[in-house]
Amino acid sequence: MTDTNRDHRTDGGNAVDGDASPFDIVSEYEETEADKLRKLYDAYVYTPIAIIWTDWRARIGFTIMLGYVLMGVVGPTFVEQTEVLEGPALAAPFETMEYPLGTDNMGRDLLSQTIYSTNTILKMVAAGATSTVLIGTIVGSIAGYKGGMTDTVLSSITDVFINIPGFPLVMVLGLMFDDVLLGNPWAVGLLLSVAAWGGLARSIRSQVLTLRQESFVESSRAMGLPTRTIVFKDIIPHLMPFVVINLTNAGRRVIFEAVALYYLGILPFQNLNWGSILNLAYGANAHTRLAALHWFLVPMVAIVVISIGLILLGQSLDRVFNPRVRARHEKTTAEVDDEVEDGHTVGGL
Amino acid sequence: MAGKESVIHTMVTIDWRIRRIGQTVFTVWAVITLSFALVRLMPGSIMGSMVSRLAQQGYNPAQIRELIDSRLTIDPDQPIPAAYAEYTINMLQGNLGESVYYAEPVVDILARALPWTLFVLSWAVFISFFIGIAVGALMAYWEGGKLDVGLTSYAVVIGSIPYYVLAILLLIFLAYHGPFPSSGRQPAGVEPGFTWVYISGIIEHAALPIISMLVASGVASLGMRGNSIRVLGEDYLRVARLRGLSDIRISTQYVSRNAILPMYTTFLISIGEMFGGSVVLEQVFQYRGLGFYLFSALNQRDYPLMMGGFVVITVAIVIALLIADLTYSLVDPRAGGQNNESY
Repeated sequence: MTDTNRDHRTDGGNAVDGDASPFDIVSEYEETEADKLRKLYDAYVYTPIAIIWTDWRARIGFTIMLGYVLMGVVGPTFVEQTEVLEGPALAAPFETMEYPLGTDNMGRDLLSQTIYSTNTILKMVAAGATSTVLIGTIVGSIAGYKGGMTDTVLSSITDVFINIPGFPLVMVLGLMFDDVLLGNPWAVGLLLSVAAWGGLARSIRSQVLTLRQESFVESSRAMGLPTRTIVFKDIIPHLMPFVVINLTNAGRRVIFEAVALYYLGILPFQNLNWGSILNLAYGANAHTRLAALHWFLVPMVAIVVISIGLILLGQSLDRVFNPRVRARHEKTTAEVDDEVEDGHTVGGL
Repeated sequence: MAGKESVIHTMVTIDWRIRRIGQTVFTVWAVITLSFALVRLMPGSIMGSMVSRLAQQGYNPAQIRELIDSRLTIDPDQPIPAAYAEYTINMLQGNLGESVYYAEPVVDILARALPWTLFVLSWAVFISFFIGIAVGALMAYWEGGKLDVGLTSYAVVIGSIPYYVLAILLLIFLAYHGPFPSSGRQPAGVEPGFTWVYISGIIEHAALPIISMLVASGVASLGMRGNSIRVLGEDYLRVARLRGLSDIRISTQYVSRNAILPMYTTFLISIGEMFGGSVVLEQVFQYRGLGFYLFSALNQRDYPLMMGGFVVITVAIVIALLIADLTYSLVDPRAGGQNNESY
């Protein structure tokens, strides 16, 4: 702001040399395709990663998630699927290298079970989180931008989905479509998103209500661009920070609910997942004897750690987009920025 | 002039409240319709599978028709619009059909279970928000200090533990290997009444489910922290500090009052989530509330009880939200009107 030499005009623009109109000026530099690609890479890949990497939360969160992805994607090719009577029943964890996490009451290796479960769970998360966020964003931004009758209809539908208790609805639907859901983690993810998109749609809508007044949206409208273009090209890019952060929340929710459904035995299972391991442990009365405690603890730790990873990731992604998030939320941005230089996340969840 | 303004203001308020009630009615209608669609319309519908199961048990078509009519309150031979109208009227009159497994009206079963669920829920909501708000306000006030960092990590960890995981651990360590009862909702062999033995027994049975639900408070305090930080930039806080007011007074009277308000949506949504969570928790602790019966109905393929449980849970949440919303405008005079939605 102090660099007054460059800002000659009152609107902050630069004065143009001579009498040439600003529209006649040709850029001094020529941009090649490679330059464009490098710029895109800088803006969308390098800078975000560089910012994220300065934050301890992000380093932990990324490492955890990378670990799970490796475990789920590469793990199954290295570790064999376990079989009944493979080892001694209820071997304690951390005692032999053969069964690092112990075995269950039928002698099945828990490490192998956990690795194969990760694969299933990651598929559910991918399907569930993506579809939740997609439905929520599209419904919310169309309702907010169009207004009028469209808004009334979409908002009423959203309200119904917010008010209906998600878990009981998913339970009932899960029971009815159990043949589709058997052995199909992608479908389970989709099912879980049915009850989850409402809250996101509502908050996206209220953010769009402020965005639609902005001049760049107004000019697009004046140019006669179709609604589709305005919503997807003008409005949604501005919501990306919020949307990305919600992706991690949606993922966490999918994990929690899927595991609960399998733990209760509402959904039948072919492929193991953490919930079905808990279900088997509960069915074998592992909760009444302390010797079988690790049977519960192994899947529980897997759930808690991946969830910590997702929360930390979400909080640090918040930081990548922080200049905007802060400016929107704080009145005294400039002053506070100096005080909170190390950038504590604002509005973590 | 003031009179005219207040008249207009009252009109806007009434309009908003009527709209809010209309929205509630709409949701209840949508849920009843959804349940009818699941029972009657879907391919491989519930009614179809009940009919074929009864046919396998050797009932003749007339008996099947009668049984289905009394259990699901849907006459299989009626055309769909007529069946839908009858179903809706029955639901509104409180006739939810008859349970197959327990062989008694669904309404009776659910009416006995509902108070127990509400008992656990209301304590859980009350305690978790009290803790969440108090801790969150302090955290935000000491932003960046050691306590804040410690508490934030604590909240991240707590937020990562699903309530049912905590419930299973509590069940193992405090019930099976500890002093608390592992199942049931009231002490065995004690006459119900206002006696110390009975009341303390009830609290003992409800304690573990309530503690499991408190996990939500970790999440609540994080939200509170974000809101508090926004409030912290305000000038009146600087003035309050300059006046030398104590930290406690500033955080409770100045920060929290203003930061609690936006928490309201979180609060509303969490009531619904806690209700949903009660299904799992009541199963873990074998606590015979609404969720327990919904789960047992799912297990027994007792469709009338399942649909009834689903509709009753939804209606309970919708009414709770309505009451909360209508009373909220008393707490925050700015609420209501146009701005009602956006927070």
